[in-house]
Amino acid sequence: MVNNVIPQEAPATAAIPQKRGRAIVVTSGKGGVGKTTTTANLGAALAAGGATVVLVDADVGLRNLDIVLGLEARVRHHVLDVLEGQATLDDALVTDKRVPSLRLLAAAQTREKDDVDTAAFTELIGTLRDRFDFVLIDCPAGIEKGFTNAIAGADEAIVVCTPEVSAVRDADRVVGLLGEGRKVTLIVNRLRPALVRKGKMLSVDDVNDILHLPLLGVIADAPDVIVSTNRGEPVALDATSLVGEAYRAIARRITGASTAAPEIPREKTFFEKLFGSRS
Amino acid sequence: MFEFFNRLFGAKPSSAMAKERLRLVLLSDHLSLAPDVVEALKNDLIEVISRYCEVDAANCDVTFERQDKQIAMLANIPILGMQRPKPPAPPPATPPSAPPGLPDGNAASAALATATPSAPDTAPAAKPPAKPGGANGRRRRRKQGVQGAPRPQPT
Repeated sequence: MVNNVIPQEAPATAAIPQKRGRAIVVTSGKGGVGKTTTTANLGAALAAGGATVVLVDADVGLRNLDIVLGLEARVRHHVLDVLEGQATLDDALVTDKRVPSLRLLAAAQTREKDDVDTAAFTELIGTLRDRFDFVLIDCPAGIEKGFTNAIAGADEAIVVCTPEVSAVRDADRVVGLLGEGRKVTLIVNRLRPALVRKGKMLSVDDVNDILHLPLLGVIADAPDVIVSTNRGEPVALDATSLVGEAYRAIARRITGASTAAPEIPREKTFFEKLFGSRS
Repeated sequence: MFEFFNRLFGAKPSSAMAKERLRLVLLSDHLSLAPDVVEALKNDLIEVISRYCEVDAANCDVTFERQDKQIAMLANIPILGMQRPKPPAPPPATPPSAPPGLPDGNAASAALATATPSAPDTAPAAKPPAKPGGANGRRRRRKQGVQGAPRPQPT
C-alpha cells in the first residue's frame, strides 16, 4: 500500500525525464462523452499527418478503443500481458493498416482496473514515449484507480466535455484532480449549433466560462461520427467529412502546425440545408 | 410556437439555466471539500467579534452564497449586547488598543464562556486554512477558477 502511494503522486511531473514523444491522456470524468472516439480520431489524424502514434487503451475491463478503430479482430495481446511479461510490447502493438504509423495497445477485457500496477503502467508509457511521437491514453470514466493509472504517465491532458451540466461538472472535478503539473486543454464534443443558437444548449463559451481551459477544438454532433464508428473507420480519415476535418484541425493544433483559433461549428445555412445532405 | 411565446414573455433559455445551475453546484462542490476551513473561519470570526460584543456563539452561522455574479460570505452572528466582555487571554494588541471604559460585564462572560472553549484549540489550527485555499494546491487552483468564473461573463 505504502509503495503504491509514492509512484502515483511523484512520477507524473517529477520522475519522468524529458523523452522524445508526448504522452497525452484523453479524459473526462463522465462516461459516454466521447473519450474513446476522440482518442481514436486524434490518433488517426496525428498519424495521417505524419507522426508516429500509439494509442493506449487504459480502460481495463471495458475495452473499446479496438472496436472503435476497427482493429478488434487483430488484437492478440493486451496491456496487462505486456506488464506481466506474457507478451512483448511488439507482440501486443497492433498496426493500423490504413495508417501504418498508428499503433494500438489494447486493454485487457477480462481483467480489472485494480490489476494494473500504477508504477509499471507509468513505466510502460515512458517506454512508449521513447518510441513514438505521441502516446495517446484513453482514460476510463470515473476517478478511481483506472483514472489515476491513466493520468500517471501523461504530462498533458485533453479533457473531453459535452455541453451538458453533468459532463461539465465532472470535467471540472477531473481538472482539479489532474493537478498543476500538466498542460490541460479542452475539446467540446457533440455540440449542436442549432440548439445553441436557440438557447437550448450550453455554448462553447458557456462551458469554458466554467472550466477555463485552453480550447483545443470543438466537434459537432454529426451523423458521420456514428456512421464511422459503426464501420470501425475513424472519421478523421474521411477527407470529405467536416467533422473529420475538425479532428484533423485539432491534430494540427496539437503538433503546433496550426495556431489558428478553434473553429466553432456553425449551423448550416438555408441554402446548404436545401442542397447539401452531407455532413 | 410554444417556444416563441416563451421567448416573447422573456422566459430564460434552458442553456442559461444550465449555466447558472452549474455555477452554483460547482461553487458548493468546491466549498464542500473544505468544511474544516469554513468551520475554522467561523470560529475565528466569532472570536474576533466577541472581543467587542457579546455574541450568541451557539447560534452563529457562516455560509457562502452566490449573489448575482459574486460569491458572498454570509455570517449570521447574533449579538446579545454591545457591552464588551472581559477579554480572555487576550491576543496581542487587543488590550491597549481596545476602546476604553465598560470595565466588564458579568452577564456577557457567561455567553463568552460558550464561545471561548472552542477558540483556543481551533485558533492555531485555523491559521493556514484561513486563507481559503484548502489542504492542497490543486484545490486552491480550482477554487480560484470558480471565484474568477463570474468575472468574464459580461451580461
